[in-house]
Amino acid sequence: MRLSYPTNIKIIKLPCTGKIDVLYLLKAFENGADGVYVAGCMEGDCHYLTGNLRARKRVEYAKKILDEVGIGGERLAMYNMSAAQGPRFVEVANEMTERIKELGPSPIKRKSTVKGSK
Amino acid sequence: MVNLTIDGRKVEVEEGTTVLKAAEKLGIKIPTLCYFEALTPQGACRLCVVEIVGGARRGLSASCAYVAEEGLEVRTDSKRVIEARKLVIELLLLRCPDVPKLQELAEEIGIDRARYERFKPEEEKCILCGLCVRVCQELMHVGAINFVNRGSSRKVSPPFDEYSSVCVTCGACEVVCPTGAINLDEITKNIPRPIKADFDERLATRPSIYLTFPQAVPKVPVIDRQTCMHFLNDACGACESFCGPKAIKYDQEDEVRELDVGSVILAPGFELTNPSLKDEYGYNRYPNVVTSMEFERILSASGPYQGHIQRPSDQSGPEKVAWIQCVGSRDNSCDKGYCSSVCCMYATKEAIIAKEHSPDIKPTIFYMDIRAHGKGFDQYYERARDDYGVRYIQCQISKIVEKPKSKNLIIAFIDKEGKVVEEEFDLVVLSLGMTPSTSSRELAEKLGIETDSYGFCQTDSLNPVKTSRPGVFVCGSFEAPKDIPETVSQASGSAAFASELISEARGTLICEEEFSPERDISGEEPRIGVFVCHCGINIGGVVDVPAVKEYAKSLPHVAYVDENLYTCSQDTQTKIKEVIKENNLNRVVVASCTPRTHEPLFQKTIREAGLNKYLFEMANIRDQCSWVHMDKKEEATKKAKDLVRMAIAAASYVEPLQEQELSVTKRALVVGGGASGMAAALGLADQGFEVALVEKEKELGGNLRHLHYTLRDDGIQTYMQSLIERVKNHPLILVITDGVIVDFTGFKGNFKTGIMAGPGMAYRQIEHGVTIIATGGEEYKPEEYLYGQDKRVMTQQELEGKIVRDEINLGHVNEVVMIQCVGSRIPERPYCSRLCCSAAIKNALKIKEKNPQSRVFILYRDIRTYGLLEDYYTKARKAGIIFIRYDLEEKPQVKIEKGALQVEVDDPALGERVVLNPQLLVLSSAIVPRENEELATLMKLQRTQEGFFLEAHMKLRPVDLATEGIYLCGLAHSPKPLDESLSQAAAAVSRACTLLAHDTVSVGGMVARVDGEKCAVCLTCVRVCPYDVPFINEEGVAQIDAAKCQGCGSCAAECPGKAIQLQHCEDKQIIAKSIALFKVEAV
Repeated sequence: MRLSYPTNIKIIKLPCTGKIDVLYLLKAFENGADGVYVAGCMEGDCHYLTGNLRARKRVEYAKKILDEVGIGGERLAMYNMSAAQGPRFVEVANEMTERIKELGPSPIKRKSTVKGSK
Repeated sequence: MVNLTIDGRKVEVEEGTTVLKAAEKLGIKIPTLCYFEALTPQGACRLCVVEIVGGARRGLSASCAYVAEEGLEVRTDSKRVIEARKLVIELLLLRCPDVPKLQELAEEIGIDRARYERFKPEEEKCILCGLCVRVCQELMHVGAINFVNRGSSRKVSPPFDEYSSVCVTCGACEVVCPTGAINLDEITKNIPRPIKADFDERLATRPSIYLTFPQAVPKVPVIDRQTCMHFLNDACGACESFCGPKAIKYDQEDEVRELDVGSVILAPGFELTNPSLKDEYGYNRYPNVVTSMEFERILSASGPYQGHIQRPSDQSGPEKVAWIQCVGSRDNSCDKGYCSSVCCMYATKEAIIAKEHSPDIKPTIFYMDIRAHGKGFDQYYERARDDYGVRYIQCQISKIVEKPKSKNLIIAFIDKEGKVVEEEFDLVVLSLGMTPSTSSRELAEKLGIETDSYGFCQTDSLNPVKTSRPGVFVCGSFEAPKDIPETVSQASGSAAFASELISEARGTLICEEEFSPERDISGEEPRIGVFVCHCGINIGGVVDVPAVKEYAKSLPHVAYVDENLYTCSQDTQTKIKEVIKENNLNRVVVASCTPRTHEPLFQKTIREAGLNKYLFEMANIRDQCSWVHMDKKEEATKKAKDLVRMAIAAASYVEPLQEQELSVTKRALVVGGGASGMAAALGLADQGFEVALVEKEKELGGNLRHLHYTLRDDGIQTYMQSLIERVKNHPLILVITDGVIVDFTGFKGNFKTGIMAGPGMAYRQIEHGVTIIATGGEEYKPEEYLYGQDKRVMTQQELEGKIVRDEINLGHVNEVVMIQCVGSRIPERPYCSRLCCSAAIKNALKIKEKNPQSRVFILYRDIRTYGLLEDYYTKARKAGIIFIRYDLEEKPQVKIEKGALQVEVDDPALGERVVLNPQLLVLSSAIVPRENEELATLMKLQRTQEGFFLEAHMKLRPVDLATEGIYLCGLAHSPKPLDESLSQAAAAVSRACTLLAHDTVSVGGMVARVDGEKCAVCLTCVRVCPYDVPFINEEGVAQIDAAKCQGCGSCAAECPGKAIQLQHCEDKQIIAKSIALFKVEAV
């Protein structure tokens, strides 16, 4: 289909969203991500039965932590889509990019820039 | 070879290469206008000028025509070159100010304002480069156009400014023109005839060289010799010039090959019924009447309208869409008396997808009976009706009339009140049926196999994949119309029989691959080799590959970097192997297309070079970069660098992994001794494998004991007896009756099952490599319609038994009522039991046969005599059996009036309530699974809500269970008639053989591993694992069996102590990628 989506989306491949570790999500923000989203199979369609349901729970948990530390849970999201839904992938990529652009750079980066300037 | 220097960089090219091509090899882009790969260069536009600074002829020269010489020194970026190009563009822009291509070039080179006055006021697009003239003359050998006039009047035109009579409307001139100046209409009055794309149902066009369809295997283009200019006029040949790997061979001819085979499987598929057979629907006359296949293409994102639902007449979005079912099915007027089995479901699917795509669409389906007889199909149909608002109207449509102006279509139908109503639709879809193709009829004739009157391959219900000729087998819709799950099952089934015949030769004619031993890399610092791929122009046309290559050199642990035109080509594999050895590389990163298609190839290559195949990482810079960021070249290059950096970071952490080879126990366990179980056991034993067959009851046979005749066969009991005899006497089959499975351990290739059997319930353990579940189903014992309270009320199975045993004197029975869907298609049991419609018709015909004077009524909701069974429905109606439809909301009322049975039902055809007084009331009772919960728990098998076992994939893996090495067949899967159960049993045999045929299974690789030191025995992994693999071992820590682990990583993600790592997807690898992505300087 080769549908176009923003270049700021970079994909880290996992065997199943069930492999998503809260640590990966938090580390990504720590390293400087402005936004992260997890793209899993449609609910009920997990190749490994329940991986995407578990992933959703972990994403929800990580969102809470992000809220608590002031990064903001809205920078993290979980989407469900099937491999046959190219247009949906693009829609989500655009939606997430727009959301993050509105939110601006992650507060972690803002802080480190201030430090750097001193 | 010739060596030259361009912009200070050395390059070696073949003799005869132009400077332009040499620069391309270095990734240096030189702008061109009049250059075309397949033509001799002309140097007309002068845009490609370069400066020759060292060589025979110094000065500015057109690079497209300058052939590289030894020692040549070229600059493409000198001031003189830039100035010259600026001048060219400026002058061209003066002539053609409105051409976007020139405006772009001007912007790129930095011209903001023209320095000269325009002298030609009228609009002009032609830059007089002559590319069109050359293409017409040199490539197409036509010469329809040329330059005429001189000076400022010079232009491209056919002779004498008249329309060309020789133009062949190939359109090449239009295609090559860099500025869009050519218009075919101005050249000729001949009308171009675009080539219709068959795959898009002729709704779209295609070139002469094309991919037959997107999923074609092999995925290579073909040339249509009927339209290709090369074959028609000995002209063109452009594709040959463009193809980098030189894969185009015009002289390829069809060849006849002879193969020696032991058995043959016929799977020629079907054709759609010709819509012109039903002229009253106006398919060829009305543009907005489309076939279901055309609509399928219209819905497809890769289809003619890019997935936007449009009407062919005016490309507007339709709102009211109607489907007309049974077009060329269930219709004796066009010799298609059978039901095509799939149209009800595909129409429902199309309606749902259309609705999902455009919520404004109001779908209506006109049907005769909704045949949703597959597993889970009825629930899908109900969702379409209740959740998506698909309107189902039961009515045969006799004609369609078009409104001339709007091209809308008027359909007349009879509504629920019995009135004729006319309704207007924007688009009408004809649900076409299946028919055997002409070529498969010819094939049948050549092979000497029998076909039925419709042209389907003749089989019998006890041998559903055997044709009339021994050794020739059949599967799919050539046998009878069928849906995907049955087709796939039957395909595996035919493979079982075909391989049984030649099972003695199994394992011969095989070439084993041999690899040199793996190099031990322990203790070595990572030395990474990076290969960046151009993928022709797929990546190189967007991403600056040389820049990515240069960048990769600067990254840590990188010991070697190269770029390739096609990294996947055979010569590159050889090169990669040499490079690995020469540079002592211990990890490899390929930045190219996608691991989905190419990872195995590169893994094999590095393995051949002595590296463990897991010492490999891939950066996806095509599918996830160049293809999706085509218009953002700079950003795409930046992203490609990011992706390469991430892959290299992860590669530093990848470790070699060993896959373990475990021997396979060449024995099967079959659970269930009914028709399916026995057939599966015999199938496997005839393939030469030992089988243990466990039956819960005292004797074999299962439901088969109650089956005496089918619509097609009478001798079922004889068949059963012979089946039982063969099973009992087969030297390779161990029959365990009265057996209960009490424990189950192991994994594919190595299972252990504990069985208590016999009167003394003695325990024994069976070791086996595969398991086949054939636990069956049974007839539901009704609680409704006075069943059990009155002897005259019985089930179909009971009736059959009574008829055969002469317990009923049918001569004295005047009136029989049968009620369908008893216990099926109700909220508690929402599925269709698939075989009760044919069972009712079978018994009704039997009654009619014995007593033609009797009156038989069948009260039904939808008659589901799918496929070739439809003929028996027709036969039943001809025999005078009366069918009365009822709704779920208004079920028939059954009571006893003065000692007589009384059935009351509303007859929608008469519009009246009918009262019947039958002597026999026969209930077509549901099929329910046998008690299987305990087995499901023991073996950890998934079941549907109704208690049938759940296959790994409804359509594509219909007999595999989610756990590898366990297969499924018969009623344990879903209700189905005997022939389909037998077909499925053969399919399970075939699938089981794919494992049993191997001496070893390979386990491990990307599986989870526990670090016992860190394990706190919290049992999280035990709870999380969807397959119940982790357990606490004798040492008191969690253990994960590599052979059972499916590699999802859920346990690793939730282990609080991080004691579990998923190999090859370890935390440090994933986190390294994330660090590399964001912290450019950290790497």
